[in-house]
Amino acid sequence: MKPTDTRDPDYYHKVVDCQWACPAHTPVPEYIRLIAQGKFTEAYLVNRRSNVFPGILGRVCDRPCEPACRRGRVEEEPVAICRLKRVAADNRDEVSHLVPQKPAQTNGKKIALVGAGPASLTVANDLAPLGYECTVFEAHHRPGGLMISNIPSFRLPEEVLDEEIGYIEKMGVEIKLNSRIESLKGLMDEGYDAVFIGSGAPKGKDLKIEGRDEADANIHIGIDWLESVAFEHVEKIGKRVLIIGVGNTAMDCCRTSLRLGADDVKVMARKPRQFFKASPWELEDAEDENVEIIVNHSPKRFVVEDGKLTGMEFELMEYELDADGEITETRKAGTKIIPCDDVILAIGQENAFPWIERDLGIEFDKWGVPLVDETTHASTLPGVFFGGDSAFGPKNIIWAVEHGHQAAISIHKHCEGEALDERLPRGVNLASAKMGVNEWMYSNSYDGSHRRDMPLVELQERLSNRKMEVELGFDAERIATEVQRCLNCDVQTVFEAPLCKECDACLDICPVDCLAIVPDGEEDALRASLRVPATNKEQALYVSAPLKDTGRVMIKDENLCLHCGLCAERCPTAAWDMQDADIFIPHVDNEAGKVAAE
Amino acid sequence: MTSMPKPFIDKHLPKNELGLTVRNYEGVMSTLCAGCGHDSVTAALVQAFWELGLAPESAAKVSGIGCSSKTTAYFMGQSHGINCVHGRMPSVATGANAVNGDLHYIGISGDGDSLSIGFGQFAHAIRRNLNMLYIIENNGVYGLTKGQFSASADIGSTTKKGVPNEQTPIDPCIQALTLGAGFVARAFSGDKSQLVPLVKAALKHKGFAMIDVISPCVTFNDHAGSTKSYAHTYKYYHPLVHTDFVAHAEEITGQYAEDGAMRVTLHDGGELRLRKTDSDYDPRDKAQAIETLMINDGGGEIRTGLLYLNEDMPDMHAANKLPQTPLNQLPYEALNPGKAALASLQKRYR
Repeated sequence: MKPTDTRDPDYYHKVVDCQWACPAHTPVPEYIRLIAQGKFTEAYLVNRRSNVFPGILGRVCDRPCEPACRRGRVEEEPVAICRLKRVAADNRDEVSHLVPQKPAQTNGKKIALVGAGPASLTVANDLAPLGYECTVFEAHHRPGGLMISNIPSFRLPEEVLDEEIGYIEKMGVEIKLNSRIESLKGLMDEGYDAVFIGSGAPKGKDLKIEGRDEADANIHIGIDWLESVAFEHVEKIGKRVLIIGVGNTAMDCCRTSLRLGADDVKVMARKPRQFFKASPWELEDAEDENVEIIVNHSPKRFVVEDGKLTGMEFELMEYELDADGEITETRKAGTKIIPCDDVILAIGQENAFPWIERDLGIEFDKWGVPLVDETTHASTLPGVFFGGDSAFGPKNIIWAVEHGHQAAISIHKHCEGEALDERLPRGVNLASAKMGVNEWMYSNSYDGSHRRDMPLVELQERLSNRKMEVELGFDAERIATEVQRCLNCDVQTVFEAPLCKECDACLDICPVDCLAIVPDGEEDALRASLRVPATNKEQALYVSAPLKDTGRVMIKDENLCLHCGLCAERCPTAAWDMQDADIFIPHVDNEAGKVAAE
Repeated sequence: MTSMPKPFIDKHLPKNELGLTVRNYEGVMSTLCAGCGHDSVTAALVQAFWELGLAPESAAKVSGIGCSSKTTAYFMGQSHGINCVHGRMPSVATGANAVNGDLHYIGISGDGDSLSIGFGQFAHAIRRNLNMLYIIENNGVYGLTKGQFSASADIGSTTKKGVPNEQTPIDPCIQALTLGAGFVARAFSGDKSQLVPLVKAALKHKGFAMIDVISPCVTFNDHAGSTKSYAHTYKYYHPLVHTDFVAHAEEITGQYAEDGAMRVTLHDGGELRLRKTDSDYDPRDKAQAIETLMINDGGGEIRTGLLYLNEDMPDMHAANKLPQTPLNQLPYEALNPGKAALASLQKRYR
């Protein structure tokens, strides 16, 4: 095999599984080390640079990092990365003077942003400190987008939202509330240099089956209903509620129902549990509140008696699965009526752009989704950019943030007259972590502790108050234990082939058998030659240059490496070294040649 | 040495027939220098014992004094063991073997412990054909006393400061052959593909099985003037024969392939398959073995592998008609036949 090119910035980045999996590439191990040192403010700011809303995301992020976390492969559970993000937010000092500030003067460029959700707010966060005059138009009377209208307060308190949105407002960003944009043409006529559309995917899907219209008074569209609850237009619901759908919105709907007077809430799923879209922890939180999740029930009709909803009839489904868990056959095995007072539909949502004139030059596909470049976020009309759910359909907050960062770069380039696709490349900066003989700038010992759980408010108490935050946050013991579970994957094992004398010391000491010195060969042969064959092909196989005494190569399976540094401690020639990999993710301030304030 | 013990993680590892992973065969944290060949020998032992499915409580580790003799602490932490007086390990092993022939005896020694202070003990353990695995971790220097030449240092090999050795080396393999050992091998800590099967075969050999392992001293004898450095050994490394140990020969006779391998059945039913890597080497020919090693003297090549094997020699237990039952399992009456029996015995000497 060709020796691995570790100068490729993506090589070491991929080894940091959490950072690689995070759409915004938050340097997770770095902030966890800062927390371990008690530097909560610094940890918060490291987070904020990448993900803008650490307090919010520390509660409600979709956590793509956690399933990716190496710890989950080494033992049972990943590091509680999201919880630790909240730890940084909970324990930090005042940061309003440390976040990017309002510039002394603006650069005269005017940017319109549609919708005050995470995507638009991120664009404003990135551009306003550089001098751009950002105006955000928000239809509702509060900013935050789905973060305020759809995520219930018992998961995300309003104060947290207000504070983190407040930092962005203080940069000189104008947020115009109660200002629904009815015409893009009208907006563009006001002379903006660029328009960013971050208006979300605001249209909840309906279920047009028998009885839908007759029972309309007791059938609610999930995201609209959550919004009505959040803005206090709805304060109660029937005793028996059925939720149709098993995504995260469904989980918010069932738990919110319990807080508005329901005491018998069932979540109805068409398929078995392994096909659910909801995050496992959101399912657990709902079940913890005695929500019943019923599988293999496909909606057939709404049962209406005397003009009023009394129940729902379901088809009972049976599925045949193949070895890969794919459905090969579907059967219907009768029907069943489940009585209820209200039904909430949480079966997905769509983009909707009734306010964008179709003759402006913005092309849409046949489903009414705009054509948006995945890198630059540009639409087919120069100067108009999309991000968040409005760009590629419903995703999540952390994706919206990353879209915002990328769109901000494009908007800057558009205003400067530069090519949108000539963007700064990512980089990696390596620095030895060695502080002395067997001393490193990180805690390299392995702590076998299991994942700490989140303490919660008692069930009775939390259901009595819709706004009471359920999760209490980590206490000192939990913080101290959880930070040590992080394997510091960003402290890389860096190998210098010319120094190796093939003594096998590193192979012998490796606690997870991820090293071998073998004759060179094809990748499959090399993967099979390790004591524990490297079967996880999602993880890279490092291959060194030929070694000087035998011409064999050092190989390393990145899959289970603990980053404990024992290979480097055992190496007599320092051919192995532990080096801190700082992954450079360019933002618009880097593009603009300015040093970030944070 | 490292700053901490190796973290114990074994959920990814396969288990042997005892339900143990290879990690269960490790011992305490090594305090040898980083890069010491002895740590690799330890790793090879751990691997071999795991592969054999050796019950840790069925093994007794014996050693004397030296860097090499420390290594018994670094494997099979659940086994019996004694770390005894310098050069006297063979006597302690003899005593232990005499009273309990059921255990697997694993002796770890070094070139100082076996070829200088313990040379006589080493020779007589071979003469007695003590049933044990005897490993010499051979690095040509006294590492524990900062790098003086040992008795195995080659003529012309230099100290770290460049002073050459002028005394004739003792070759433990030639010594073992002339003293009548039935299993003589040479290996290198840097080649586990050879060492691991040799360790398995040696442990299953009934009688004295010696493996002389070239195990570089990374601190005092791994420089350009050394003939026992990693670089030198890799350069002149020459395996004569490759050994595979196959447990339970009866299971594999059906797939008897004509691969040209010599097959030797061991006492417990295991089989050794010896593949020549050199043109004309037969490890059953003692004269050829001695000749090969003698000619090699000064020629540069380090000839390794199973150099000599003879399965047809009675071990100490058999030759001396020692009780098959370990003494600790004999009833008190058998161990202490009483005053009358003592009187009758004494009468014979009057």
